[in-house]
Amino acid sequence: MNYDVVVIGAGPGGSLAAKTCAERGLSVLLVEKRQEIGAPVRCAEGIGKKDLQKFVEVDKKFIAAEVVGAKIYAPDGTEITLTEEMAGNEVGYVLERKIFDRHLARLAAKAGADVIVKTTAIGMERTKDSVKVKLRRMGEEFEVGCKIVIGADGVESRVGKWAGIDTTLKLNEIESCVQYLMTGIDFDPEYCHFWFGSNIAPGGYVWLFPKGNNSANVGIGVMPSLAKRSPKEYLDEFVERNYSNGKIVEVVAGAVPVKGEIETAVADNVMLVGDAARHADPITGGGIANAMKAGYYAGIVAAEAIQKGDCSAKTLRRYDELWKNDFGKDLARKRKLQQKLIKMDDETLNKIMHTLANCKLEEISVKAMIKELIKRHPKLLWDLKDLFL
Amino acid sequence: MAKRVVVNRYRCAYCGACVAVCKFNANELVETFLVIDEEKCNGCGICVKVCPMNALEVVS
Ligand SMILES: Cc1cc2nc3c(=O)[nH]c(=O)nc-3n(C[C@H](O)[C@H](O)[C@H](O)COP(=O)(O)OP(=O)(O)OC[C@H]3O[C@@H](n4cnc5c(N)ncnc54)[C@H](O)[C@@H]3O)c2cc1C
Ligand code: SF4
Ligand code: SF4
Repeated sequence: MNYDVVVIGAGPGGSLAAKTCAERGLSVLLVEKRQEIGAPVRCAEGIGKKDLQKFVEVDKKFIAAEVVGAKIYAPDGTEITLTEEMAGNEVGYVLERKIFDRHLARLAAKAGADVIVKTTAIGMERTKDSVKVKLRRMGEEFEVGCKIVIGADGVESRVGKWAGIDTTLKLNEIESCVQYLMTGIDFDPEYCHFWFGSNIAPGGYVWLFPKGNNSANVGIGVMPSLAKRSPKEYLDEFVERNYSNGKIVEVVAGAVPVKGEIETAVADNVMLVGDAARHADPITGGGIANAMKAGYYAGIVAAEAIQKGDCSAKTLRRYDELWKNDFGKDLARKRKLQQKLIKMDDETLNKIMHTLANCKLEEISVKAMIKELIKRHPKLLWDLKDLFL
Repeated sequence: MAKRVVVNRYRCAYCGACVAVCKFNANELVETFLVIDEEKCNGCGICVKVCPMNALEVVS
């Protein structure tokens, strides 16, 4: 069997890549190791409206809830409210990813991609200008030939390593997460909610994202290099304190790469997209939108390279250019900011939140917030001024 | 005996965090479960620290 492109992993990144390749006339195979695309979920499911609309026609069946903004709580309880416009459309929809991920895979199939599930990519071998991808399906191994491999294999990615890109994460480059889908709890369903503090979630935060009908994703991410216990223990404490009457109807575990911009997501015949390329936002942990953008760019570059008959790293470097220009620089900046924030004690965090609660910002993007903070507390974030001002 | 890591399958929630941090490629999320390659695992314990579910333990 031979294809122009084999895409490994059918998350948002992989499905968008497969769809884009197919739309540009390439033959493409989308491989997913799980038996059900999108399950088990590893996500809090929040996405900005604009980001979503860029790539799909919004359909009620995969939207669980809509919010108008975000509320952030300081360690001492100080509350800041960000409206949607202020937050620069960072918030908006809470998805039902089990349905959403399947919908994207179906769009790829509809565009002409072949899809196989319960099939794991276990290795690859490069020859002169082609690649043999080794697959294992229900215990049986076989090979598929192709010109380009797109690694969209998520946080646990192996494709990069096979191609010589070391994507191993250190304990300060990852957020370890647990989340409960809870029902029967009281909260303001118009907002996504975020709690910060070194006792609440060291190196991360606790979130609550509404999912309709008094239910919500209540979850936590902690940085293992700073956490004294597992995120589950911190989350259980938080839930006991705040939502002890709620019922937990689903448990989700996961990890988000928060390493920031990697040097390259490209090797000969190989491109990495989404979490596999560590494309998630180091501050928010959001990665769906960037995964879809990256998948789209990788699809475009794959089509160009195959038409040109040259799938070397040099040609594929164009993909690095595209994702870096779009959101790579932002990842690098956010990583620097994250390194600052995780060093702050609760007192400093409180001080920052008080400042933000008291000042009238026209726009509360991360950038606008940092700008204001540098003005008011120059010592705190001074070395970031060149990045954000 | 040499150190290595073992997984408690009843706790593991199939998330991949441990795979992302192992530089020895000693673990793998197979279709529906985690496997640890005893030959490759040196018991360094990095994955234990990242596991959100406390499902991993170094034993000797
Ligand atoms: C708890 C938690 C909360 C989050 N909340 C949000 C949020 O609110 N908003 C947001 O934008 N992002 C959030 N994220 C991040 C988001 O889930 C990811 O960034 C996003 O799913 C990345 O998409 P992807 O396509 O790159 O990878 P994934 O969605 O992880 O898909 C990768 C796929 O590849 C498959 N795969 C892996 N290896 C192989 C192989 N060898 N062979 C075949 N298939 C393979 C996997 O089974 C998986 O289906 C959260 C993450 C976590 C863990
Ligand atoms: S103990 Fe170390 S070598 Fe073994 S699986 Fe965990 S991270 Fe890998
Ligand atoms: S990190 Fe823990 S819960 Fe996640 S796959 Fe590994 S052992 Fe399982």
